[in-house]
Amino acid sequence: MSPSSASAPWLTVRNGQCVDQAAVPSVSSGGFAEHVVSARGRGGRLAQLFGRRTPEGGVMLYAVVAFDHAGVLELCRTPVESRGGEPPAYPCLTAHWPAAQAFEREIAEQYGVHPLGHPWLKPLRYHATDNGAPAPWGAFDSSKPIPGDYPFYRVDGEEVHEVAVGPVHAGVIEPGHFRFQCHGEEVLHLEIALGYERRGAEPLLLHPNAARSALVAETIAGDASVGHALAYCAALEALAGVNISSRAAAIRGIALELERLANHVGDLGALCTDIGFLPASAFLGRLRGEFLSLTLDVCGSRFGRNLLRPGGVRFDIESELAAALRARVAGLQKEVQQVLDMMFAQSSVLARFEGTGVLSHEQAEDLGLVGPAARACGCRRDVRCDHPLGIFRFSHIPVSVETTGDVYARAVVRWLEVQRSLEFLLEQLGAKPEGRIFQPPGALRPNALGVGLAETWRGEAMYVAFTDDAGRLSFVKAKDPSIHNWFGLAQALRGMAISDFPLCNKSFNLSYAGHDL
Amino acid sequence: MSVLRALTVLPEAAVVLALPPMLMSVIAKTKAWFAGRVGPPWLQPYYDMLKLLRKGTVYSRTTTWVFRAGPIVNLAALLTAATMIPVLSGDVLLGFPGDVVLVAYLFALGRLFTVLAAMDTGSSFEGMGASREVTFGTMSEPALFLSFVVLAVATKSLELSEMVGPPLAIAWKSVGPAMLLVAGALTIVLLAETCRIPVDDPATHLELTMIHEVMVLDHSGPDFAFISYAAALKFMLLGSLLLHVALPHAAGWGAVGVLLRLLELGLLAVVVGAIESTMARLRLNRVPLFLAGASVLSGLATAIVLVRSHG
Repeated sequence: MSPSSASAPWLTVRNGQCVDQAAVPSVSSGGFAEHVVSARGRGGRLAQLFGRRTPEGGVMLYAVVAFDHAGVLELCRTPVESRGGEPPAYPCLTAHWPAAQAFEREIAEQYGVHPLGHPWLKPLRYHATDNGAPAPWGAFDSSKPIPGDYPFYRVDGEEVHEVAVGPVHAGVIEPGHFRFQCHGEEVLHLEIALGYERRGAEPLLLHPNAARSALVAETIAGDASVGHALAYCAALEALAGVNISSRAAAIRGIALELERLANHVGDLGALCTDIGFLPASAFLGRLRGEFLSLTLDVCGSRFGRNLLRPGGVRFDIESELAAALRARVAGLQKEVQQVLDMMFAQSSVLARFEGTGVLSHEQAEDLGLVGPAARACGCRRDVRCDHPLGIFRFSHIPVSVETTGDVYARAVVRWLEVQRSLEFLLEQLGAKPEGRIFQPPGALRPNALGVGLAETWRGEAMYVAFTDDAGRLSFVKAKDPSIHNWFGLAQALRGMAISDFPLCNKSFNLSYAGHDL
Repeated sequence: MSVLRALTVLPEAAVVLALPPMLMSVIAKTKAWFAGRVGPPWLQPYYDMLKLLRKGTVYSRTTTWVFRAGPIVNLAALLTAATMIPVLSGDVLLGFPGDVVLVAYLFALGRLFTVLAAMDTGSSFEGMGASREVTFGTMSEPALFLSFVVLAVATKSLELSEMVGPPLAIAWKSVGPAMLLVAGALTIVLLAETCRIPVDDPATHLELTMIHEVMVLDHSGPDFAFISYAAALKFMLLGSLLLHVALPHAAGWGAVGVLLRLLELGLLAVVVGAIESTMARLRLNRVPLFLAGASVLSGLATAIVLVRSHG
């Protein structure tokens, strides 16, 4: 099916492309939901839905629908204004397309816009609207702590009990509140309340010095620094019209895959920790450190900070270093293979993974999951393959897919991706193209909009950057993949044992900071 | 019990009282070795307990005397049981026909008060832990009792120190298969009752998955020292029971037998550490099957000895 039909007002863009803001077709707010949802029928996936305050005081909503198999994104927008003293409102998308639920809650919370008919209209990050207007659920009251005042979904019944976990946890992890409705050991419903880490990152991205705002992008989700920086740079480079050299692109690819390896290997180890399988937990924990050290040797930061900047990269990988890294990667490949073969051959491990935290393919599609969590449900989507940019245009990484949608599938997808990333690294470190690693990006195109996507190890990160008529950044919308996937975790827990929650949580391993922005 | 006998038993009692934390240390060192780490110092459990004993205790306003009594009653019950269970030599401080029932219920009493103290906090975590502990406790109890029946029939005694004493060596010859099954059942009981993998994971920090640890989250200071010590003591007592059944010593081995038992206890701790290092924990809803397995083993053993003794 053709992604864009001639009659429908959509604007097609690709990853790393920039367009005039005025070229984005506008539809009426009344028909917006229907219009966007119709894209789902054509095979679209809701990649982003966000609002932007207009100078006139209204709100402009933008929808970005991805057609992964065609490798394009389609954009449209709608103005939402308050009429006759009524708060601004529009018919919601979520009722027809659950993937929109978090985005519409975000818009309602940021601007006080009412998505009419939203079935799950609750605060997302727990903060006041930008102009102090009441959100659909009422005005913001900072005097009450989040778990105390959040309208949790409740199950009543004689033997039903409620378990509250967090926001302070026993381990060294990020803060989030989990509310379980349980019947004995069985979880009837899990609700996740986040927002404890909201830093207001998006306005900070507007710093006039692009290098400074790249720093902010790197800290939106610290364990996906490279992935976020990559998506951010793609959006900025689109606006600046700069083409980075193939050498810089290769170094970016190497850093991205090193980040994926460190996190996937660490996650597999953490899964083993949760089920009390000591040997794999200990060895994978060490191997994670080895991959972080490789990144350290490239750029001086274990998490790849300060490596990517709009215009290229700041550190070169000379042939001597490349040879040394390649030898170490080859050694690590053997070790990782050994440990993971041992782990996946252990029946007591498989017994814990299989059938735990199951999400069906339909659920994954409805909720618009991304990354390994989606691929574990049989959704074939990977930005590196669907919307390739930079090195991934030339060096293809196969998409790793499983079908069972349980913890086992999420572990296997990581295992496969580890193997493929290692192969990619060995290839890229072997021979790199020549070229200058950095060229200053120059002036941004005025009144334009640039889109950047990257497959972080958690899934698709996306940046949409707007410029004003002087060519300065005027608005940036950042998206961490976690915002798609948190609801998937909540759904995966239904009907599971509450003692399996930590394992399910770890198999998704979502970012709290990335969600809270 | 003569004064003379007490004098010979007391030095052993001192060693027995000092030993349990060291067994925990052996397990920790074994696990560290499997993970390629050095592990905590050998005396770490003792340091931890001393530190806890010198600390203050925090009590929640929602708790009552039950919460404070929990750790003390539990420890007292286990210490009382310790006077009737042979650990190193075959001798015990107290022992009388039928003490085996008292021992079983002293374990149950300790569990009851731990559970009540957990419920007393009103925390949903602790309630969850309590419910798991009681469920699994109920399922391991039949295995323990049926094992006792086998031992009683095989040794024609109801006094624990005799039931696991030298006559067992003869029982191994006459009803060997039954003894093997009992040893298997007691091994499972040991792992379940002392909250080791594959039933519980004593090292986890994840409250939602815990059984024993989650029940004692609200205890602090000396109370928590009592709990840690009691857990180690329980491991030693059940471990000794298992060793006496599995590896009966002949009468009159004296000091050699005592040293041998010490070594065996250390080896048992190594084996438990090795189990913990090489397999994952069972999913919680599979644990009952595991425990039912123990009951089946001891049930079969009971059938064997009953048929043999009548046949």
